Amino acid sequence: MNALSDWVDIGAVDDVPVRGSRTVKAPGDDIAIFKSADGSLFAVRDRCPHRGGPLSQGIVHGTSVTCPLHNWVISLETGEVQGPDVGCVKTIPLAVRDGRILLSAAALSRKVA
Amino acid sequence: MAEKLVVIGNGMAPGRALEKLFDKAPGTYEVTIFNAEPRVNYDRIMLSPVLSGEKSFDEIIIHGDSWYIDHNVMLYKGFRIDEIDRESKTVTASDGTTAEYDKLIIATGSVPIVIPVPGHDLPGVLTYRDLDDVQAMLLAAQSRGKAVVIGGGLLGLEAAAGLSDRGMDVTVLHLMPTLMERQLDPTAGHLLRKEVEARGINVITEANTKAILGDKKVTGIELEDGTVIPADLIVMAVGIRSNSAIAKNAGLTVNRGIVVDETMRTSDPDIFALGECAEAHGQVFGLVAPLYEMASVVASQLSGDESARFDPMVTATKLKVTGINLFSAGDFAEADGRDEIVLRDAARGIYRRLILEDNRVVGTVMYGDTSDGAWFFDLLKRGEDISDLRETLIFGPGYAGGAALDPTAAVAALPDDAEICGCNGICKGAITGKIAELGLTSLDDVRAHTKASVSCGTCTGLVEQLLTLTLGDAYDPAAVQPMCPCTDLGHDDIRRLIVAHELKTIPDLMQALEWKSSCGCAKCRPALNYYVLATWPGEYVDDGQSRFINERVHANIQKDGTYSVVPRMWGGMTSAKELRAIADVVDKFEIPSVKCTGGQRIDMLGVRKEDLPAVWADLNAAGLVSGHAYGKALRTVKTCVGTDWCRFGTQDSTGLGIRIEKFMWGSWTPAKVKMAVSGCPRNCSEATCKDVGIVCVDSGFDIHFAGAAGLDIKGTEVLTHVATEDEALEVIVALVQLYREQGRYLERIYKWAKRVGFDSIHASVVEDTDKRRALFDRFVFSQKFSQTDPWAERTEGARTQEFRPMADLSYMEAAE
Ligand code: SRM
Ligand SMILES: Cc1cc2nc3c(=O)[nH]c(=O)nc-3n(C[C@H](O)[C@H](O)[C@H](O)COP(=O)(O)OP(=O)(O)OC[C@H]3O[C@@H](n4cnc5c(N)ncnc54)[C@H](O)[C@@H]3O)c2cc1C
Ligand code: SF4
Ligand code: FES
Repeated sequence: MNALSDWVDIGAVDDVPVRGSRTVKAPGDDIAIFKSADGSLFAVRDRCPHRGGPLSQGIVHGTSVTCPLHNWVISLETGEVQGPDVGCVKTIPLAVRDGRILLSAAALSRKVA
Repeated sequence: MAEKLVVIGNGMAPGRALEKLFDKAPGTYEVTIFNAEPRVNYDRIMLSPVLSGEKSFDEIIIHGDSWYIDHNVMLYKGFRIDEIDRESKTVTASDGTTAEYDKLIIATGSVPIVIPVPGHDLPGVLTYRDLDDVQAMLLAAQSRGKAVVIGGGLLGLEAAAGLSDRGMDVTVLHLMPTLMERQLDPTAGHLLRKEVEARGINVITEANTKAILGDKKVTGIELEDGTVIPADLIVMAVGIRSNSAIAKNAGLTVNRGIVVDETMRTSDPDIFALGECAEAHGQVFGLVAPLYEMASVVASQLSGDESARFDPMVTATKLKVTGINLFSAGDFAEADGRDEIVLRDAARGIYRRLILEDNRVVGTVMYGDTSDGAWFFDLLKRGEDISDLRETLIFGPGYAGGAALDPTAAVAALPDDAEICGCNGICKGAITGKIAELGLTSLDDVRAHTKASVSCGTCTGLVEQLLTLTLGDAYDPAAVQPMCPCTDLGHDDIRRLIVAHELKTIPDLMQALEWKSSCGCAKCRPALNYYVLATWPGEYVDDGQSRFINERVHANIQKDGTYSVVPRMWGGMTSAKELRAIADVVDKFEIPSVKCTGGQRIDMLGVRKEDLPAVWADLNAAGLVSGHAYGKALRTVKTCVGTDWCRFGTQDSTGLGIRIEKFMWGSWTPAKVKMAVSGCPRNCSEATCKDVGIVCVDSGFDIHFAGAAGLDIKGTEVLTHVATEDEALEVIVALVQLYREQGRYLERIYKWAKRVGFDSIHASVVEDTDKRRALFDRFVFSQKFSQTDPWAERTEGARTQEFRPMADLSYMEAAE
């Protein structure tokens, strides 16, 4: 496990609505933080592999999100596009401590291609 | 380097050839297509269902624009090639555009024959070949007037049935004594005539047209025997001629069509001809099955397989008019040495005839029950000796000594290589093989993976029987279309169960109706949210997370993730104050685009999400509220200036439009609802293509509904006429409430009306005034909970936090 200093605090667990999302501005593309119906949290780059749609604005169902622009379905666990389409969005390691959401600093500062 | 392949014509034949070519030899050619028709490749044989209203144009597109992009094909839509220069190997279009080719395909199809009688060039005389013809017919059909179709063949009868479905009074004129005499014997032709007449279509046989009457447009038609038939529309469907003029001018050998050898090459080896324009083995072809064979040969030749040869096969004919079953194949003329077996059951309208020669089936005609058609056709193509079967042959393969026939017996009896889908040449084994291999369970799956039944669709029944045969009870064709993969229930069942079981939240509903996924999907959740909301006004708490983003944040998402904002302008009216507020907002938030919408109001495009609450607050301050441009809700009520200003206005159309919009805004509906009020029948607010439209007249208000002007174009139906504004409002509100209660999610009013029937709607909101009042009251009740401006609700405090990022880590880049 990484040391605590390798993690960045981005806010409280309660700041993210259930079956909803919030965004975090970051180097490279923004990051979307999702909360599924059972309270699990996920972080992925907020950019659909199809045509760059903001995934944070999609409908969250199970552990997937449907992109608001053309309905691609993306797994929040793996970042893989589901169904007939192919593609992948980068996931960011996320941890929860004392009701706070932490993101992996290493994954953040490394710029996405 | 890739060779240059130019294609003239973008019909079904070259479309198929390119598909095969890209499969076999991707990247070998750089393809350019010139098509005189200004559109992509579509299923021409399905024009009749578009005419009758059973399908929309979108549903019959074969290759959408993206297909051309994906395959790097340059498609010139609406460009007619006038000249082929074989010396310089170039083609030139009428506007001067030229293209060079290494290989050229001419696929110009056919032109419909126009009988050159006097008056043939009057407006109102059409042929039946492409979408433009269908659109012209649909326009003419809006008048519900009289149509005459010349030609009682396949095309003529399909046109007649379509026009009659659209409400026209139709007469078919046919030169010969019986209908479809090229495909049917006189007995079947007679049965067909009875069926056509039973649908209210007049049939006149041995009718020789003398002249088309009319001065500025068609008014009627005169026959040789002096009969005059009044008509507003005349459709000529008397035959086609190969479209080979450009080939002839280029010096290629042309006979009845452009002459090709077995490799589909014309007299110039670099030029192929393909489709209805080509003449092969001394014949021209007018059905897609042989054209698709030609397409295969061209693709093979172009990809280097020089052994491919075109060998025409027998084709079968079916008529694509819902409810009329006929099938014919082969040769059924009487001749020496031919026998026939006939089965006739007049009471059930069944007729079958087999023509035999040397104990082989050479032709067949079937009317009424055509389920054994594929089996007979297979015997015919194989030339099988039927001596052993002869006694029971006519009863088909299902004959089992008098026992009840198993409907799938005919299909079960077919050998694996029997053809099921004639258009696409797909045999039984290919279909059952894919069903087993890929575990296919629905007709759509089979269509997607085999192409069977995607063209003319007449083999759909056979494909379904193959599904039944292969899957047994696991295939249930009668099953309703489930709402989405999370459930087996259809929309209507779900709506019924929401009421019956008093389901008032989405989790309760998913529990009670045994949802298969933990919390639904992006398809069912918005639908369920609407159904529960519309059923339990005041009790159900709207679930924002089940709404599409636009409804969740009250603005329309744009391709770059920014939003557009459209405030209401009641009835299209605005003021200096409102315009000034809009101008200030645009400046303050640096909004890049301001546009007048097609709905008589102003759209501000490119607003950043985090600015939305502040933009709304400023607009609210000037009295502007959300226009719901993003919602499955009341959008706009367009108006014209009416009696306020216009010299023709008969009523206060602007005032009535504003009144309706103020009364009805905010209510959620299955799909968007657009309205308009015009002050007189000149109809400047385009009320007759809206979901609901009012046309004011001296005596009051004509209420129209069920129009469409987007994906489909459809004029409205007249619902009723009322004398006062109050009555108009009551009828409209009741109509919309009925739609809110019955419409399926995303089903526009015109589709709902078609599904439930115009009469049932008329009965509920016009005839039964108690019912109308009750519907009106239910709408008014639900409005109590919907008429709060969603913008005002979201402009302050905690409710704006969702619009802002939760953290800003951009600094980390600098720290790197
Ligand atoms: C802004 C506007 C175009 C314009 O610049 O004028 C527009 C813009 C869009 N239309 Fe439209 N339509 C606009 C008037 C129309 C009209 C004309 C009218 O209302 O008189 C039509 C044809 C009438 C009709 O609806 O039948 C029209 C038929 C459509 C359709 C086809 C609907 C159908 O069922 O046939 C869609 C697609 C859909 O809804 O699924 C669509 C969808 C869209 C969407 C929402 C596409 C999308 O999903 O992003 C566009 C949103 C852009 C935005 O962010 O604002 N728009 N759209 C017009 C807004 C009117 C308004 O003030 O609210
Ligand atoms: C209403 C209707 C119903 C039918 N039903 C059936 C059926 O049930 N079963 C069946 O098998 N067949 C049916 N057919 C016939 C079938 O549709 C045709 O055989 C087939 O579509 C012909 O394909 P094609 O590619 O040869 O030509 P087309 O599809 O006619 O395409 C030719 C294209 O070339 C374009 N063109 C012509 N000249 C030029 C030029 N100089 N430059 C550029 N472009 C040019 C034309 O605009 C046209 O788009 C039906 C046809 C119609 C009209
Ligand atoms: S027609 Fe409507 S949906 Fe299409 S691009 Fe224009 S605004 Fe968008
Ligand atoms: S951008 Fe996400 S589906 Fe197209």
